[in-house]
Amino acid sequence: MKRLQRESRVHEKYLRHNKKFPNVWCAGCGIGIVMGAIIRAVDNLQLDKDDVAMISGIGCTGRMPVYVDFNTMHTTHGRALAFATGLKMVRPEMKVIVVMGDGDALAIGGNHFIHAARRNIGLTAIVVNNSTYGMTGGQYSPTTPTGVLAATAPYGHIEQPFPISELAVTARAAFVARSTVYHVQELEKYIAQAITKDGFSLVEAISYCHTTLGRLNRWGTATDMMRRLKEQSVTRRQCEKMSEEEREGKIIRGVFADRDIPEYTQLYDQIIERAQKEALRFPSNAKESLRFPSNAKESLRFPPNAKEAAQ
Amino acid sequence: MTPRPIAKLVQGDAACAEGAIAAGCTFFAGYPITPATDIAEVLAWRLPQVGGKFIQMEDEIGSIAAIIGASAGGAKSLTATSGPGISLMQENIGYAAMAEIPCVIVNVQRLGPSTGRPTAPSQGDVMQARWGAHGDHPIIALAPSSVREAFDLTVKAFYFSEKYYTPVILLMDEVIGHMRERVVLPDYDTIERMERSGTVVPPEWYKPYENLPNDIPPLVPFGEGYRYHITGLHHDERGYPTNRLDEVQPWLERVFRKIDRSLSDILLYDEDGIEGAEVVVIAYGATARSAHHAVEMARERGSKVGLLKLKTIWPFAEEVVEYASAQASRVVVPEMNLGQLVLEVERVLGRDKVRRVNRADGEMIKPTEILAAIEEWE
Repeated sequence: MKRLQRESRVHEKYLRHNKKFPNVWCAGCGIGIVMGAIIRAVDNLQLDKDDVAMISGIGCTGRMPVYVDFNTMHTTHGRALAFATGLKMVRPEMKVIVVMGDGDALAIGGNHFIHAARRNIGLTAIVVNNSTYGMTGGQYSPTTPTGVLAATAPYGHIEQPFPISELAVTARAAFVARSTVYHVQELEKYIAQAITKDGFSLVEAISYCHTTLGRLNRWGTATDMMRRLKEQSVTRRQCEKMSEEEREGKIIRGVFADRDIPEYTQLYDQIIERAQKEALRFPSNAKESLRFPSNAKESLRFPPNAKEAAQ
Repeated sequence: MTPRPIAKLVQGDAACAEGAIAAGCTFFAGYPITPATDIAEVLAWRLPQVGGKFIQMEDEIGSIAAIIGASAGGAKSLTATSGPGISLMQENIGYAAMAEIPCVIVNVQRLGPSTGRPTAPSQGDVMQARWGAHGDHPIIALAPSSVREAFDLTVKAFYFSEKYYTPVILLMDEVIGHMRERVVLPDYDTIERMERSGTVVPPEWYKPYENLPNDIPPLVPFGEGYRYHITGLHHDERGYPTNRLDEVQPWLERVFRKIDRSLSDILLYDEDGIEGAEVVVIAYGATARSAHHAVEMARERGSKVGLLKLKTIWPFAEEVVEYASAQASRVVVPEMNLGQLVLEVERVLGRDKVRRVNRADGEMIKPTEILAAIEEWE
């Protein structure tokens, strides 16, 4: 009862009631569960709604920002992290949450994904991984398992899937965690940790699409697929005790990285400080920018023509 | 605090970067590409001096996305690129037009298509600047023809962008970008900086895309207490996606109207000896320099020739062209492409009196080539 009361208070506070519900998601979809986990995490952290931005790309997950009462932006396909990078740089005090699907984040936006992680800019990336392009009807995505049927793989999928969390760890993200839409409380906890983390953080929420990929592969109803998430997933600790064969096809949940590395916008503030100090000390140098676009010495060493020839 | 550069010999790209600083730009995102890289290099150095921020993104798509995001946060934002990069940016230029987010995109044109001839000059992106992004959308594009104009028009680009909540393209070309000229730049404190109009209503009454009498959306930067939704979908006054027919086309008409009703403010041009001219040359960008020379040569030889130099390319200065050419029997339009802006001139004046001078091999058009068209040498 208490839980329900809290739920309704959180909905009251964080959802946009002037936006016509119901939402665009199919009944039984996991994206709404992720949205619920995000707003509860924000509520737990007692953040001011004005200081939270939610940015998304295109696809089913891309529709999430319109429902939540933050500063929200629904951008172009794959570019949510790049838009968020600009916003975070000019508003570093803001908590910028970026929600993406697996196709959005890893296919068309894969480049922005690895570079945002490498740059360690303080964004919270939440990837809802349902292994397919749901909105366009179940085509194979970068995380579709090998061998399954998809709308664009009628003979079976022959590519390998991306392990999103492992990729983010390799790309040097500060915080990386994976959970599923079945393990809601764990998901909520990870999202709160990710938002608190200074630096690029990723939460991978494993979900499913029962209306496209599930239907094509006869995986059953949303409930059946939810049950699969429960049965197939193991924690990192459980996983360590398992043999190679037992691990096959398992979803590993847990925190994969939690490291303290300097955050990008904070590093940039040091650059501003240094640049302003130097500009005061050597005001005449500033003029040089007009004569020698790069830096006076460099441009003498590499005349413009050499640079062009190298192009 | 800002160092005041009183320059002697300034490069076009550097003048553009300084123009951005003078206009109050505080965010730049870009990706290296000749001949626009110098703008990034200057700003990487200069922006932190004035408290602004610079970032080199992973590609041009990320660059324009970052400046739109930064602009949503309230910063005057700039990116600079050239041919291949501007092609990559088109989708998000459309997004900025759709979501009505101010930003300035510098395109230092080089010869295309594709990788083309790096980095020979060209004016081949004129039509792309207008219609490069899919769907009907308004755009403002300015073309400087000297280093000083690169500075001034960058300032203007920010002015228009912030005033009309629209992306503005600064259509430079390689000649202007890499050229060095002696210029004296104005004191930056004397430059008129445009600040966004924003809103006067409290958050509870606020509609970000309200249809106001001036057609300008009252967008407030993120983080200032007005929480709202920005989207590239067709949206209603509250910014939420809509499929209602009574909201889609009226929106489109409004964003065109906000530009069209302000043409007297937006259309920038220089005219020289238009009165009583028998031949009028209409030129822009680096080609206007050759045109200027050609007109002077023709005048020395006794012809009555006028020069109309367009600084605002889009929206096209229909009435200006019509008025300037009214008394002329011939209109010469030189361009470093196979004929792009001339299509607009022909649309306005008809094809009979328009003469094209085109060159798309990466070389500037010589004054004598324009003179030949003025005097109709066979």
